Amino acid sequence: MEKNLGKVVGVNGNLLTVEFSQPVVQNEVAYALVGDTRLKSEVIRIRGNRAEAQVFEDTRDLQVGGEVEFTGELLSVELGPGLLTQVYDGLQNPLPELAEQCGFFLKRGTYLRALDGEKQWEYTPVAKAGDVLRAGDTIGTVPEGLFTHRIMVPFSVRGKVTVEEPIAAGSYGIDTVVAKLKDEQGKVREVTMTQRWPVKMPIKAYAERLKTEEPLVTKVRIMDTFFPVARGGTYCIPGPFGAGKTVLQQITSRHADVDIVIVAACGERAGEVVETLREFPELTDPRTGKSLMERTLIICNTSSMPVAAREASVYTAVTIAEYYRQMGLNVMLLADSTSRWAQALRELSGRLEEIPGEEAFPAYLESVIAAFYERGGVVKLNDGGTGSVTIGGTVSPAGGNFEEPVTQSTLKVVGAFEGLSRARSDARRYPSIDPLESWSKYPSVVEADDLAAGQQILRRGNEVGQMMKVVGEEGTSIEDFIVYLKSEYLDAVYLQQDAYHEVDGATSAERQRYVFERIVRILKTKMTTKDKAEARKFFQTLTQVTKDWNRVTDGSDEFKKLEKQIEQMLAEVTVHE
Amino acid sequence: MNKVYHRIEKIAGSVITIRASGVKNGELAEVTSRHGVSLANVIRLEDDMVSLQVFTGTRGIGTDSKVRFLGRPMQTAFSDALMGRIFNGIGDPRDKGPAFQDNMIEIGGPSVNPAKRIIPRNMVRTGIPMIDVFNTLVESQKLPIFSVAGEPYNNVLARIALQAEVDVIILGGMGLKYDDYLFFRDTLEENGALSRSVMFVHTAADPTVECLMVPDVSLAVAEQFALQDKRVLVLLTDMTNFADAMKEIAITMEQIPSNRGYPGDLYSQLASRYEKAVDFEGSGSITILAVTTMPGDDVTHPVPDNTGYITEGQFYLRNGRIEPFGSLSRLKQQVNGKTRDDHRQIMNTMIQLYANYKETLEKQSMGFRMSDWDGKLLRYGERFEKELMALAVNIPLEEALDLCWSILNDCFEPAETGIPTKLIDQFWPKKKADAPRAESARSGDGEGDETKEEEKIEEKVADSKKEKAP
Repeated sequence: MEKNLGKVVGVNGNLLTVEFSQPVVQNEVAYALVGDTRLKSEVIRIRGNRAEAQVFEDTRDLQVGGEVEFTGELLSVELGPGLLTQVYDGLQNPLPELAEQCGFFLKRGTYLRALDGEKQWEYTPVAKAGDVLRAGDTIGTVPEGLFTHRIMVPFSVRGKVTVEEPIAAGSYGIDTVVAKLKDEQGKVREVTMTQRWPVKMPIKAYAERLKTEEPLVTKVRIMDTFFPVARGGTYCIPGPFGAGKTVLQQITSRHADVDIVIVAACGERAGEVVETLREFPELTDPRTGKSLMERTLIICNTSSMPVAAREASVYTAVTIAEYYRQMGLNVMLLADSTSRWAQALRELSGRLEEIPGEEAFPAYLESVIAAFYERGGVVKLNDGGTGSVTIGGTVSPAGGNFEEPVTQSTLKVVGAFEGLSRARSDARRYPSIDPLESWSKYPSVVEADDLAAGQQILRRGNEVGQMMKVVGEEGTSIEDFIVYLKSEYLDAVYLQQDAYHEVDGATSAERQRYVFERIVRILKTKMTTKDKAEARKFFQTLTQVTKDWNRVTDGSDEFKKLEKQIEQMLAEVTVHE
Repeated sequence: MNKVYHRIEKIAGSVITIRASGVKNGELAEVTSRHGVSLANVIRLEDDMVSLQVFTGTRGIGTDSKVRFLGRPMQTAFSDALMGRIFNGIGDPRDKGPAFQDNMIEIGGPSVNPAKRIIPRNMVRTGIPMIDVFNTLVESQKLPIFSVAGEPYNNVLARIALQAEVDVIILGGMGLKYDDYLFFRDTLEENGALSRSVMFVHTAADPTVECLMVPDVSLAVAEQFALQDKRVLVLLTDMTNFADAMKEIAITMEQIPSNRGYPGDLYSQLASRYEKAVDFEGSGSITILAVTTMPGDDVTHPVPDNTGYITEGQFYLRNGRIEPFGSLSRLKQQVNGKTRDDHRQIMNTMIQLYANYKETLEKQSMGFRMSDWDGKLLRYGERFEKELMALAVNIPLEEALDLCWSILNDCFEPAETGIPTKLIDQFWPKKKADAPRAESARSGDGEGDETKEEEKIEEKVADSKKEKAP
């Protein structure tokens, strides 16, 4: 087929205007040529015989009259064994290989294959000749680290297909034809271990979507207990800078009870990705005993990398997440930060001279965000198994004000809101999730009654605290004062957690249930003290002991000793009626 | 080959538009008018219309001025001979030394591959406790100093530059007052640091476009030094001027503004500069300290706001002190675990108590009666501000940590601090003997002593309770 060529007629930042003569497709990939360099771009608007394309690279040296090559293919990713442990940029270029080839700096126009074509995989066929399959059904499997990677009927296949000439078990490269599939019209297509899928389309090769009900344990107490996330659910973490969004995401990526974690670093600091990149291979996953990296995949398009690829990066990440979901795995996608992606949309919208919406964000922002989060969920696969994609996105609202378009659009579509507060992070109360403003629609790991009691204390404690600011301590009754101290106690020993402490940093669901039940019992206890000073003193000591308790391993002697000590302290002040 | 164009179609702000063909995006051109020669670079192509931003501004440019394209993008010279020299924003000498034409390097080059970065691991000691103890500066970090006009931010910058152990200092001045420029030059010179410094200075009186070039030129040069295994410290002051220059050009180009007139790509533009901070695997490093003035002391202003999201923390400079609240070094965790066992705990405890002190101050200002606890906090806060926060304090980290323990010891009982028992046993000053002396020296007010007495009684009560308990 002849190449479909166009001609550059305008360059404005990363937006290219191209004149074409043959048909072009909306969202197809086009390459702009600068000497020998080919710069990848995506067509985003077509008017008459002019197409506008966003270039995923620096547009320096492009000139009017330059050639543009249309490919006819939508922006896609390659899916197949070998994705895990990889570090890709937003366009699925493997960064370590890129570094080998280009050194310290990224070189524009260098695109490498996402998967290793040389590597041999131990292939075991599953489908036999004559089997009738649908898109997403398993043809064979290869082991990939901890998982059994399914080689599936391409998701683009429509209707039923019959398997022909499946290859025998053995060691093959990913480009080996593993079977031929004949469709109902009698057309035969060859299938290898890899397939391509356009990133902006959800993979729908499953039987049905299920309700999200099961809690997903993150080992962050305030999340699991107060604002839980469900497997296959969606949540967002908005917060001003410095409130600890990224740290919270990093902790989640370590401890979350899922099979695979995909980290999409979208327009954020490179240093943060580097931490994950360098530390994960060293850390062991307590659940499997293997390196954490084996279950991790990083898509990183950091803030200084080309803006247009930022948008691509979240889609690349979610597409790969859906791919592993199709294998019956539980996948978690952590996107940091969705605001950067929204800003990329805004930049582009500005260049396209579209009529701006609120804060100059495009009017379609809301539907784009909704469509993205809706790609999360639990699904029942064709073979009866289930898989899930859980999406957690951070939001970086301008000025830390949640009343801005990105936060508000996100809140409409997520199941849990873990809002971070500047006041809490200033007071070093980490994780700084605001216990009064946040909410979750998912079930908690603790008893509902206990949770309600905890929330009640927090609310009342806050009220008393507010009141005390006006009337002072002396104007507050001792009963109210104790409520206030109780809420501060709950905050200090349960909501706050030292992320860098070996034990305190990760609390299992069992321990949360155990500890929370005891703490609620303390909160419900009627107490009496001589005066406010004594009450304060009592709670200070109690806090100290409980914090020590948090720092020792479950069930150890020390653990039991401290628990006993807490009970004795409590007995001293309890009112017996 | 280099065609000369004689007709300028449009002149607006610092931007001129001509009809030309075969022009590359980003290409450099020379604009000759009756009032002199200036460089310009291409910022937009639209059919045969080419828009260029003129570095020295468009004043005096006529519709018949000459435009000659140079066929190359903006570059700057690099060599070791740059050390000790002072240039303007586009790399022309500002001192009386010779200009450089050799070994031209590209500015605003590509980003570092994240896979080639390493985790920062070296602390940069500054001798300022508010930095060393509470928000440690780390090699390869990018940190802004947020402050309002009038604060001594340039002094802080200069002091850190002189005390930090680095090989090369690069100063990028944007919209500097002439006095400030002289201050930097003289300070560096007096302390013998000028010979390892390179300055790129745009003063407030210079043309806007030159201001835009300062960070790119400074960082391109820094990058070259870092690749030669040098540890480079880049000081940028003031990035708000840079953002304002960008705003000016964007508005001239009729771009749709996003927030308070700033262009939609403000975040990306700032990020592409700040992200040049790097620790090269097996080579040198770049650390960036930048001043961002907050118009109206408003941190939600687009410039500080976007900056905060990009940089690895920020220092707030207010009332001549680095504020403990809001100030943050995101990389401190990388290094403060290796300094001393008590470093992290002290850092958190001191700030938590200081936060309590602030609450007490608020209560006090509203005229509420002060409890014993409030009294302790007041004493603590006062000492904290005087002995740790004041910018004049210049002590090494270890000394500062010891000072923290001694302040805690003088003001509180161990249990009141919430420090884990293990650390208390190890670090809490054993001898209470020093305490009375410190106390009498402090203020000698009766109320304080009373509290002390009461406290002791309480303590005894608590102790006896504890004894009963097991």
